[in-house]
Amino acid sequence: MLAFTIRRLFEAAIVMLTVALMAFVLFRFVGDPINQMVGQDTSLAEREELRERLGLNDPVLVQFGRFIWNAARYDFGISYQVKRPVTSLIAERFPATFELALTAAFFAILLGIPMGVYTGIHRDSWLSKLFLSVSLIGISLPTFLIGILLIYVFAVQLGVLPSFGRGEVVRIGGWTTGLLTASGLKALILPAITLGLFQMTLVTRLVRSQMLEVLRTDYIKFARARGLGDRAVNFGHALKNTLIPVITIIGLQLGAIIAFAIITETVFQWPGMGLMFIQAVQNADIPVMSAYLLLVAFLFVLINLIVDLLYVWIDPRVRIYGREA
Amino acid sequence: MSAEDQGLPMAETSRAATAAPRGILTRIFDSDLWYSFRSSRLVMAAATVTLLMVGAALLAPVIAPHDPYDLRALNLMDSDLPPVWVQGGDPRFLLGTDDQGRDILSTILYGTRSSIAISVLAVLLAIGIGVSLGLVAGYFGGIVDTIIMRIADVKLTFPAILVALLINGIAQTLFKGRLGGAEFWILVLSIGLSFWVQYARTVRGMTLVEKNKEYVQAARLIGLSRAAIMFKHVLPNVLSPVLVIGTINLALAVITEATLSFLGVGLPPTEPSLGTMIQIGNKYLFSGSWWMVAFPGLTLAILVLAVNLLGDWLRDALNPKLR
Repeated sequence: MLAFTIRRLFEAAIVMLTVALMAFVLFRFVGDPINQMVGQDTSLAEREELRERLGLNDPVLVQFGRFIWNAARYDFGISYQVKRPVTSLIAERFPATFELALTAAFFAILLGIPMGVYTGIHRDSWLSKLFLSVSLIGISLPTFLIGILLIYVFAVQLGVLPSFGRGEVVRIGGWTTGLLTASGLKALILPAITLGLFQMTLVTRLVRSQMLEVLRTDYIKFARARGLGDRAVNFGHALKNTLIPVITIIGLQLGAIIAFAIITETVFQWPGMGLMFIQAVQNADIPVMSAYLLLVAFLFVLINLIVDLLYVWIDPRVRIYGREA
Repeated sequence: MSAEDQGLPMAETSRAATAAPRGILTRIFDSDLWYSFRSSRLVMAAATVTLLMVGAALLAPVIAPHDPYDLRALNLMDSDLPPVWVQGGDPRFLLGTDDQGRDILSTILYGTRSSIAISVLAVLLAIGIGVSLGLVAGYFGGIVDTIIMRIADVKLTFPAILVALLINGIAQTLFKGRLGGAEFWILVLSIGLSFWVQYARTVRGMTLVEKNKEYVQAARLIGLSRAAIMFKHVLPNVLSPVLVIGTINLALAVITEATLSFLGVGLPPTEPSLGTMIQIGNKYLFSGSWWMVAFPGLTLAILVLAVNLLGDWLRDALNPKLR
């Protein structure tokens, strides 16, 4: 277990270093940082002085080391566009994305698992077919189209839900939350559904195929032969055994939710990190781009690591393999 | 099939070689694939829709009633017209016009054309990169394999859309203002580079199995070069899953292209594409001009759904376990 953990940590570190190198190359070589910072009328001498002061004349390796050292201390420089530290921008934007992603994940799980269980047990009922058709459409409709459709129905036609922003937010310490006000909650509904729909179809399909597989096994037949009721067999025996892969996939999908939040946040003008990233891409705001890249990579690597370790902890077979390797 | 294979035991020669004397058409109509194709109405419908859309996209310059590229033909007086069957519609514009007076139907035809072109090229690029790397990794093994698969692991950590977005963002920053039509190729590159891992992993796994079979040993014995063995002998035997992934990826590529263009980092708004049309239409949603976003959106959804259905069918039909 310890050897496995150390090896995984080592691999995670290598991935992070690779991403850091990419972020550094982006930061240092895509566009001239000095040109981005100063105006037209700055003299060459002043530019050279700024270059020296920022350490841009040092050997590239020294600069890379400094970049990593700064990133490790959570310092990503100053945004070209708004001239403020990138970290304070992120601190402002993070709560919005976090609340949106979490709500979407809850929505996906709370609807996806029951739908998956139902379609797994009642394979041929018309309701199952309906669920599966809806899930196929959910996979075929791009996220932004779902968002636009929801806006058109609920904001434009019915006028019951807001189409952009977070509504009123409450500030608790450094964290802003929209979960405590009525307008904040209302504003959360459409973006959360948009973001969660794809994940929901994924969970439904996964739970369904797992249920179908488990329901065929001998111990389920034996449980039925013992005279256990449908409820006990379906939920006590079958569902319990489908949950390990489901938990893994949901864990890994948290990363995808954060990535897809970029699209949802753009459609709903949700003031989160995704919208910040898109604006940074459009304005060539390199420090924000490389900071976002590093943070997202860190989140993904962390999630992958936790899922891997959980797997070892849950499934003894993986533990044996880990010891051998 | 090369002549070297003829001397091998029957089981190891590919089916194509033994069936060669019969006509290609009989072979298609006799195959299991054709049978399973004919036995599902849904799949036939999906294939018909896909063919119709591809055909319409290819023939766009011929069948489109207007040319959305021709700026002189645009008339602001014609802008924001609803479809023909709605009050105030103009018979010249079947599905209405957008904010600049472009005919929606023609723009959709041209837009589908560029969406399909970008997606097909991107998937071909991904297949090219992925299959080559997978073959090399599987055939050579050792350090080459480790390096390629580690890169694939890193790449797999990030969702494709994020990678495409990043590559696109970097390219746009690098060539800011000097693109001049290169957006098309940047899109192909960024989508292609974000999809290759799946092919590499699949092909590597199958190559590991294939390389120990007798026909590969025989090819090695008669002194064929490694490249010839990999690409002429192993490759044809690992292609069928590539075909399945390719079809499913095609739908994903169409979505990715539309998403990037919608986010404003793909094709410029002047270039007709389903994504840019939806982006423009989205701005006019609140003024009630639903047709600007509805028709391109519907086209996109139908195209993706049809290709997805084909991909699902192909996956099941080519999987012997499910027969």
